[in-house]
Amino acid sequence: MRITQGTFSYLPDFTDEEITAQINYALSNDWPLSVEFTDDPHPRNTYWEMWGLPMFDLKDPAGVLLEVNACRKANPNAYVKLNAYDASLGRQTTALSFIVQRPADEPGFHVNRTEVRGRAIQYTTHSYATERPVGDRYGQG
Amino acid sequence: MADRWNAGVIPYAEMGYWQPDYEPKDTDVLCAFRITPQQGVPPEEAGAAVAGESSTATWTVVWTDRLTTFEHYQAKCYKVDPVPNTPGQWIAYIAYDIDLFEEASIANLTSSIIGNVFGFKPLKALRLEDMRIPTHYVKTFQGPAHGIVTEREHLGKFGRPILGATTKPKLGLSARNYGRVVYEALRGGLDFTKDDENINSQPFMRWRDRFLFCMEAVNRAQAATGEIKGHYLNITAGTMEEMYERANFAAELGSVIVMIDLTIGYTAIQSMAKWARDNNVILHLHRAGHGTYTRQKNHGVSFRVISKWMRLAGVDHIHAGTVVGKLEGDPMTTAGFYDTLRKDSVKADLSKGLYFDQDWASMPGVMPVASGGIHAGQMHQLIHYLGEDVILQFGGGTIGHPMGIAAGAEANRVALEAMIKARNEGVDYYKEGPEILKKAASRNRALDTALATWGDITFNYESTDTPDVVATPTNA
Repeated sequence: MRITQGTFSYLPDFTDEEITAQINYALSNDWPLSVEFTDDPHPRNTYWEMWGLPMFDLKDPAGVLLEVNACRKANPNAYVKLNAYDASLGRQTTALSFIVQRPADEPGFHVNRTEVRGRAIQYTTHSYATERPVGDRYGQG
Repeated sequence: MADRWNAGVIPYAEMGYWQPDYEPKDTDVLCAFRITPQQGVPPEEAGAAVAGESSTATWTVVWTDRLTTFEHYQAKCYKVDPVPNTPGQWIAYIAYDIDLFEEASIANLTSSIIGNVFGFKPLKALRLEDMRIPTHYVKTFQGPAHGIVTEREHLGKFGRPILGATTKPKLGLSARNYGRVVYEALRGGLDFTKDDENINSQPFMRWRDRFLFCMEAVNRAQAATGEIKGHYLNITAGTMEEMYERANFAAELGSVIVMIDLTIGYTAIQSMAKWARDNNVILHLHRAGHGTYTRQKNHGVSFRVISKWMRLAGVDHIHAGTVVGKLEGDPMTTAGFYDTLRKDSVKADLSKGLYFDQDWASMPGVMPVASGGIHAGQMHQLIHYLGEDVILQFGGGTIGHPMGIAAGAEANRVALEAMIKARNEGVDYYKEGPEILKKAASRNRALDTALATWGDITFNYESTDTPDVVATPTNA
């Protein structure tokens, strides 16, 4: 399967040029960028690992792309996303967030159903990737 | 001038309800009414009558006024301007002291402002165009249970409009078949699906059955995509007790959102907003019935006022027009609604129908919902007119797709993401929209088919509710 989190998951994966265009858009809005990665793409896994701090003072798109590529190189089988943050009053939240790398094989999710009274069901979403220990997912040592 | 306290009938203007020198206080509630006086009634007297009838006055002098500091409680009409190019109509500006209103009660506010006065005989017609709610009064309300920012953080969806669809046909599907539509639309790429306003608990589908099948669909689609999904479960019912029962069941099943109709009334809406915040469930409002009093320009209440009341009352979503779809929606008037719902500080702008500055004092924004006769081929127009913090709901434009519901959902999502990408890249997407869609469709069969099916469908009818646009407003 292909998880469809992020702003652009229904488009073909972006080239470096396409990623740079989005970085430029973020910088033109004064939105600092940050890179995050994970091996557990559960839809409610809010806190992916931070690839360093948000790049508050980095205004050079090439420098941002360098960090994207460094994270991808260090975590070749992880999900990697690029975020832009809007710190303005009334927003103070993520403005843009899209996946820039995904594992070759995405095992996806299973729905666990616990049947309770009155035909009601308690659902939990299980990430197949988490059946292996951290650091050993997606066939990586 | 007759003695103010002689028994009998005195013109309202002479009883203190017309005060052209009055300077509104920061704490006053201000209203702009469009008045159409009966033949022979001067506009100042008509404005004073509205001020009187919506505050302290009755039709005759009462000595018991003298037991009060009546000047304080009298509403004051302080200005009447002729409506440009519209003989017989004026805009009357009226100031109300904040003491006239109970804290945090839309019911009380509206019982005063639109209580009796709309049936008043000296006026042929009356329309409440806009209100300035002072921040002192704003702060007494809860406001949106979550608001735009919290909703986005809860859903983990950023940088693009949210996509939805209303389940069709509106009526008649069994709960099991209904859930199928929900599942297909969500797994195909929509973020939300929705009950229609008149889906409550009818013989063909009782509410518990619908909730159970819809939550199965939501959870399956969530697992199929790895994204958070939701279905607006409509909890509208005949009594508050039944609504609470339905809302609690939805929350127990893990639904991220519930829905109510405007027809349940202001107090019920405020109660459900409180419930929604207490239970961490997003609250969607369908504006069922509003067209009966918002659409005609000379009589009723403008939707921008309803938008203000609903932001105070505390809903997270409200249907606010599409501009390009099948329902009423002049572009500038609709922009006024969207500003009112989303911005923290709104400046007066008559070209958008906004008569007053409105400061929301950090009250979170309400997510506007665009729904009714829209399709993927209009994506560039929708983003141009409505922006990014909006829910675009394609009901027929998803479910009517020739390749199936999931393909319809996918077409909408691909069109949306392609347009946002182009916008961010600095492309003139409004002008080049059709080309951008065509290019995206060349790589996506679902979108290609959607454009072939609906590409040319438009609803070009003249709007009824438009601003009184003039280059330079004149004073007669």
